[in-house]
Amino acid sequence: MYRYDDYDRTLVRERVAQFRNQTERFLAGQLSVEEFRFLRVQNGLYIQRHAPMLRIAVPYGLLSSTQLRGLAHVARRYDRGYGHFTTRLNFQLNWPELPRVPDILAELAEVEMHAIQTSGNCIRNTTVDPLAGVGHREVADPRPWAEIIRQWSTLHPEFAYLPRKFKIAVSGGPDDDANVRIHDMGFQLVRRDDELGFRVWVGGGLGRTPILAQVINGFLPWQHLITYAEAVMRVYNRFGRRDNPFKARIKILVKALGAEEFARQVEAEWAHTKYGPATLTQTEVDRVSAYFTQPPYQTSLPATDGALDQARRNDKAFDRWVENSVHAHRVVGYVAVTLSLKAPGRRPGDITSEQLESVAGLAERFSFGEVRITQTQNIILPDIRCADLYLLWQELVHLGLATPATGLLTDITCCPGGDLCELANARSVPIANGIQALFTDQNTVEDIGELKLNISGCMNACGHHHVGHIGVLGVDKQGKEFYQVTLGGAWGMEAALGKVIGPSLAANDVPGAVSRIVEHYRSIRNPGERFIDTLRRAGVDGFKAEAYRNVSPAEQEREAVNA
Amino acid sequence: MPKLIKQRRVVEDSWQTLFLQPGEEPETMIIPPGPVLVPLAVWELQRLELRERNDPVGVWLGPEDEPAVIADDLVYLPVIAVRFPHFKDGRGYSTAALLRRRYGYTGELRAIGDVLRDQMFYLHRVGFDAFEPRADRCIEGALAALDDFSVTYQGAHVQDQPLFRRRAA
Repeated sequence: MYRYDDYDRTLVRERVAQFRNQTERFLAGQLSVEEFRFLRVQNGLYIQRHAPMLRIAVPYGLLSSTQLRGLAHVARRYDRGYGHFTTRLNFQLNWPELPRVPDILAELAEVEMHAIQTSGNCIRNTTVDPLAGVGHREVADPRPWAEIIRQWSTLHPEFAYLPRKFKIAVSGGPDDDANVRIHDMGFQLVRRDDELGFRVWVGGGLGRTPILAQVINGFLPWQHLITYAEAVMRVYNRFGRRDNPFKARIKILVKALGAEEFARQVEAEWAHTKYGPATLTQTEVDRVSAYFTQPPYQTSLPATDGALDQARRNDKAFDRWVENSVHAHRVVGYVAVTLSLKAPGRRPGDITSEQLESVAGLAERFSFGEVRITQTQNIILPDIRCADLYLLWQELVHLGLATPATGLLTDITCCPGGDLCELANARSVPIANGIQALFTDQNTVEDIGELKLNISGCMNACGHHHVGHIGVLGVDKQGKEFYQVTLGGAWGMEAALGKVIGPSLAANDVPGAVSRIVEHYRSIRNPGERFIDTLRRAGVDGFKAEAYRNVSPAEQEREAVNA
Repeated sequence: MPKLIKQRRVVEDSWQTLFLQPGEEPETMIIPPGPVLVPLAVWELQRLELRERNDPVGVWLGPEDEPAVIADDLVYLPVIAVRFPHFKDGRGYSTAALLRRRYGYTGELRAIGDVLRDQMFYLHRVGFDAFEPRADRCIEGALAALDDFSVTYQGAHVQDQPLFRRRAA
């Protein structure tokens, strides 16, 4: 994985010093609340419901064991001994004290971490596929390109005060596990003849006005990644709306101009800078790629492991876990493994300092000292020998990280919601836990199969509810918490935005409605048919009728608020 | 006289920035003597007269003003200012980048308006070499902030080669 050199180290330390000075001036009354707000958010610091919240970047989702221990340390020393992995590959501390934040950042810098541009109207952390470098169908590894984008976008002088936030994804291939279509700008690696390049998507995003990104360039040769990205950013910075924050994302500009006209403006801008100094060189790509070479895999391992097969036969719980937590690997004899942060009754994505340290140890013991964070708020150990699986699983059970839910209904993606977040309209975690409590029978959950359930506590959509097969959105109605249910969202290249099925429900009614929707699926599905495919085949009406059955009219809200 | 940071020094500012008053037309705006910065609209309509003037004249651009409009006038303009009505409005950074890198402006490029020390480093990198920090703030602090960072990754007007090209050299 990437390691800091002297340039990176110096820049991050100077950033800490700058923020320490800004914090001191704010505390001394020399910076206004608003001026400080714009500075602190670009260092990941929010002022939340109960306390500040610090959002630490996990660049493109990669963490070393050293960094896991660093996160464990700051969570214990400066917070309450736990933190939260978000859908945007960040790690959030929910109870730090404002005057100590510069110290936290200084400690993080020592393990090559930072909170630069994790919030604010600037270019944020880049997303890649969680199985980058180990997936089967990859055209090329997205991580070097994400690191090149990280360097280019970090402290970019022209694009630090954009109309709104800007999120970039790089996907390694046709499956798009990075979800380029829900990002402001997405680069999907493609090969044309023998040339490597990108299909460029722009204008995606969730939030108040969810829109899927469109292609503005079918093939951008790799050399032009940065000059082209700068052209997009400049058009957006100059012409994106600034009169209304709800209409300021690039998706609104692309929609207003049309993708074709937007692409034309980008081409006109790019014509001036194409082949300029920002044009990437093979030397630079090779230099960065050298950080992402294969770890020293054991060669000629058998494709199947006798002891593993035996363990699966003898230990039903282990077999179940393997069934949904283990992913194919391109090297024979290895697999990638999901560590679930979805223990029933816990806040999805939360992890304690002890767990972080234990994961660091397991990563060193079994997976070359490296982990990945996923958009579904889990951790992946990317390089596990099949022969180590049973041992690893036993350790994970002990740690509470072996919930056999990955990809299933109970693997709920969920923002922190109204329990912690200042922006939330409603709590989201009790809804997630309420649904988990209705689906405690693992046989049933496995029978339901692949199902993405996403919950957001407000329309900022941190829980990505629009792209859940089932989505739940918290809304506030006269000070009371209500929830809209959406159906039909999907991720990746089959991405779709879910549609609201009707009036919002009271909190108590949501788990039951989800349960009836799922039962309806089980009753009408064809053999082997996924939830989302049944929904697409049969249409939403039957599901909708089931969702509202048993919900007394008195509890129903008359008016559906359209998200 | 108000203070200005110019080429890394605090100096007295002899220029006057003119704003159109309500009811005033750019075509007929009376230009006082002495060095003045006029709004773009005034420059566009009084260009010929202003060029003949004895005292120096410059133009200031707002966030929505298109710098291409003055691309052919740059030799007549010893000073161009870009106004930031609010520090969070980042359009002026692109305006400066275009004036410097696309149109090749080599005169004084001045940041005016809501100019604060915490934006100085970025402002300088995109091409500003003169700054009018907000009057209620310490100008020495703003000057010091020009050196907040000793390292940059990407190319800009100041250091136009990205780090990877400097690294290779």
